[in-house]
Amino acid sequence: MEKLIEQFSFGLFFWQLLLFIAVLILLRKFAWKPILDAVEDRESGIKDALAAAENAKKEMQNVTADSERLLQEARVEREAMIKEAREMKEKIVADAKELAQAEADKMIKQAQLAIESEKKAAVADIKNEVATLSLEIAEKVIREQFSDKAKQMKLVEEMIGDIKLN
Amino acid sequence: MHGFFETDILSDMQKPFYVKFLFVATLLLGINAFAQEKGHSSSGEKGSLKTEIKEFIGHHLLDSHDFTLFTIDEEKNEHVGFPLPVILWDNGLKVFSSSKFHHGESVAEVDGNYYALYHGKIVKTDAEGTINYDEDHHATNVKPLDFSITKNVVFIFLVSALMLFMFGRMAKSYKTSAMPKGIGRLLEPIILYIRDDIAIPNIGKKHYKKYMGYLLTVFFFIWIINLLGLTPLGVNVTNNIAVTFALAILTYLITTFTANKNYWKHIFWMPDVPVFMKVVLAPIELLGTIIKPFSLMIRLYANITAGHVVLMSILGMMFIFKNWIGSPLSFGLAFALSLLELLVAALQAYIFTMLSALYFGSAVEEHHDH
Repeated sequence: MEKLIEQFSFGLFFWQLLLFIAVLILLRKFAWKPILDAVEDRESGIKDALAAAENAKKEMQNVTADSERLLQEARVEREAMIKEAREMKEKIVADAKELAQAEADKMIKQAQLAIESEKKAAVADIKNEVATLSLEIAEKVIREQFSDKAKQMKLVEEMIGDIKLN
Repeated sequence: MHGFFETDILSDMQKPFYVKFLFVATLLLGINAFAQEKGHSSSGEKGSLKTEIKEFIGHHLLDSHDFTLFTIDEEKNEHVGFPLPVILWDNGLKVFSSSKFHHGESVAEVDGNYYALYHGKIVKTDAEGTINYDEDHHATNVKPLDFSITKNVVFIFLVSALMLFMFGRMAKSYKTSAMPKGIGRLLEPIILYIRDDIAIPNIGKKHYKKYMGYLLTVFFFIWIINLLGLTPLGVNVTNNIAVTFALAILTYLITTFTANKNYWKHIFWMPDVPVFMKVVLAPIELLGTIIKPFSLMIRLYANITAGHVVLMSILGMMFIFKNWIGSPLSFGLAFALSLLELLVAALQAYIFTMLSALYFGSAVEEHHDH
């Protein structure tokens, strides 16, 4: 210890302190600060880039999920639309059928009515004809009676036979 | 054909190893021959060689006023190197070249004052260079305030310049690209390590930024200067208590001046303990604030000094053994130890930085309920 104190060189201490502090101040300003700043900048840059990449990845996933969802929605909508269209078609067909049926029924009824009235008219005509024919027969019978009795009788019978045939 | 190809490659790969081995062996032989010659000159007396080695190690551990790369001849005072400026404060500033001392052989005369080198220190003396001793064999000569640019100061300057150059360039390279270039590729992971594994866990995310400058500077300073100590230049900066003291006092001052209320409260009036304990703990805690940086100072100093002493002793053993078994063995040991010292150089820098961060962390710790 005594030797250490004896060996202690104040000059060396002075120079060491002076030079070291000078180097410390200079290096702090011109080396350590720019070096550490540059390294920190780089590190934060890397960190930011990584975070950005992560975000982009997440966004990408979101976009994919969105498009998937949209696609699903579109599919559902399309199916709904197809279903609706089918239903509408069926309804329209059914309506048309119904309408046609009603029309047809109506026409049939009209036709029946027409046939009925025609039939009535025809029956009335026939009746008239029968009446006319009856009158004619009666006239002819009466005339034959005046010429030949037997013949008249025969004629009457023939006439009646004719009527029956008719 | 295939086998031939393989052996060809093998021999190619082994060639550099043989070359290296031969090179090392030649070097070893050369040292051995040199040692034997030296042994002869000292008339085979082992004690004197041991003292010489001891002195050499002692000399290596001391700072010096000139830059000696190696000594050609101790007796003729022939050295290869260059002198350094001596700056003294002795009733006025005295600046002269250390060549005036002639490596401690002669007395330097400046403005009518005489100075001599005594155990690496400059003392004031008379024209003959008399050293006066007290009864404990301590020199009583006046020691003027010595601000000389010694060998260690030169290296502190060099490391400072190197750091400014290296990190300045590195900082500039970030202006053009976000990735480090050149030496920054090596340094950036270390800087990040200090930030993420030393500063943030010990100080906390909220406060660590203001300490980063000091932690980084102190880490790289200690590391680089420790590594330079392992080069053949023979410098040894961190084994000077003055250097480690300067670093430790900075840690102490930063801790003290950035400390918050909670820190002082834990020192002077420890919460959640009885009043009696509060009184007992206060001086202990206060002493602790000084012991912590003191331990930093001693740890760095002792580790580097011990490493150098052991390494040089093992190298010195090579010259003591002077045979084909002992000398290569001590060479191998010295090599292994050098590798260990490489680790220690970084480890001590790490420990100093880590503990400084720990102390800063305790200074800015927020109050929380125990």
